[in-house]
Amino acid sequence: MDDDQGLGRRRWQLAALLSAPLLWLGVAYLGALAVLFLSAFWTVNGFTGEVVREFTLDNFRTIVTQEVYRNVTLRSLGVAIAVTVICVVLALPMAFYMAKVASPRTRHWLVIAILTPLWASYLVKAYAWRVLLANDGPLDSVIGTPGYGLFAVVIVLTYLWLPYMILPIYAGLERLPDSLLEASADLGGRAGRTFRGVVLPLLVPSIFAGSIFTFSLSLGDYITVQIVGGKTQMLGNVVYANVGAANNLPFAAAIACVPVVIMVIYLAAVRRSGALEEL
Amino acid sequence: MTRWVLRAVMAFGLFFIYAPLLLVLVNSFNGDRTFGWPPHDFTTQWWSAAWRNGGARDALWTSVKAGLGATAIALVLGTMVAFAVQRFKFFGRDTVSLLVVLPIALPGIVTGIALDSAWRSVVAPLGLGKGLFSVIVGHATFCVVTVYNNVLARLRRSGVNLEEASADLGASPAQTFRYITFPMLRSALLAGGLLAFALSFDEIIVTTFTAGPGIQTLPIWIFNNLFRPNQAPVVNVVAAVLIVLSVLPVWLAQRVAGPEAGASRT
Repeated sequence: MDDDQGLGRRRWQLAALLSAPLLWLGVAYLGALAVLFLSAFWTVNGFTGEVVREFTLDNFRTIVTQEVYRNVTLRSLGVAIAVTVICVVLALPMAFYMAKVASPRTRHWLVIAILTPLWASYLVKAYAWRVLLANDGPLDSVIGTPGYGLFAVVIVLTYLWLPYMILPIYAGLERLPDSLLEASADLGGRAGRTFRGVVLPLLVPSIFAGSIFTFSLSLGDYITVQIVGGKTQMLGNVVYANVGAANNLPFAAAIACVPVVIMVIYLAAVRRSGALEEL
Repeated sequence: MTRWVLRAVMAFGLFFIYAPLLLVLVNSFNGDRTFGWPPHDFTTQWWSAAWRNGGARDALWTSVKAGLGATAIALVLGTMVAFAVQRFKFFGRDTVSLLVVLPIALPGIVTGIALDSAWRSVVAPLGLGKGLFSVIVGHATFCVVTVYNNVLARLRRSGVNLEEASADLGASPAQTFRYITFPMLRSALLAGGLLAFALSFDEIIVTTFTAGPGIQTLPIWIFNNLFRPNQAPVVNVVAAVLIVLSVLPVWLAQRVAGPEAGASRT
């Protein structure tokens, strides 16, 4: 009897706790997303600019068949992959130095040094690179600048997301006991072999966890592309252009599906490695 | 040998991270309007010009208001979800945590246009057009996750023993919350709130789509002035200020919770 009352009260408590957040995120936000993706199957009347609410696959047909959109998709994928790979290559030795070589005191300061720029504004960092890469800018006067374009986009996105790769790898390395490295060395493993045979396999979930950030944040970006990309177009730019100038929300929604679908596939693929628990 | 290679990569990495930021700081004193490099003479006139710039000041104020509003909402909603997920068992619990992460996991532009079209088709007909409030709503949507994560981790670690003891000793639920639960959560709320504010303060994409006419947050102001050469020195000073300010939350987190605090931005 008393238990029944307790259970009933707990139900009410749960309902009170969940109602507002679920109304906000579950109904309003998820509803908005659902309508957006539904509208990907609509079209816009070319004359009036009104949205025609009839089911059609035209938008997706356009994306798949027209070369422009295929290229934009491949370019965005290429940039996201390049950024992720460069981040891994830079982050592995940096995180290893922080976790296993530096003294505890130095380590403390290095962690702060990696964390602090995360709080600096995204826009400020992209802006810094715009100045740095400008013709007659600082880089130009020292080693020459590649100028604004695809290469600059890759550099700046790498710059922006590098800490997101360093931190999970560092956390993974900190959990890795030193005794494993010593055991490998005692058994005659050289540094390179120990790294490939012992460290790397244990770090795979951490690397994937970091790659979720670097990959998805690069894939959907359009601000950096506008600031340092010159004429480069990525998926985000096409979405933005179709919401604004072209006023074709259904097509924008269809294009926006592309990075979302790629991310869902990517998440499903890395999920098995246990990367999602590392986030 | 390996040690030296690692040290070199670390040094290069830090240089790569900090050189562009230092450049902005130095350029804010560069006497040359077009940032000729290396700088020939130094001036503080851009700093005073930025200080007098009404647009930047208004934008800063708008950003602070939006950040505080979004943080307040995120603190309430995030704490509620964290309590529900950690203290109760119910059908669809995993889905709820996924739902909280979703706004930050999806590309910002997706969240942005979804909220924009929902606002235009549902809220605007009720007579509430887009303005500062719609920005706060948009920001709060993706800020909930930071508070949720921090409070959830704290609840998981501290368990319910103290609260049960308090109840056994005759404290009312309100007293238990006031003297046990809230003090226990305080630093987690601070960390989550700080992250939420930073996330909102820095956000540009969702803001682009949810801001009403005439509403300019600081990132929007920077972006709008980024491509205007005659505004470059003032934009640069604003950027320099933001770089200097970014030390603040790290320092605060260090004071409150030790070196590992603030390690996760999401």
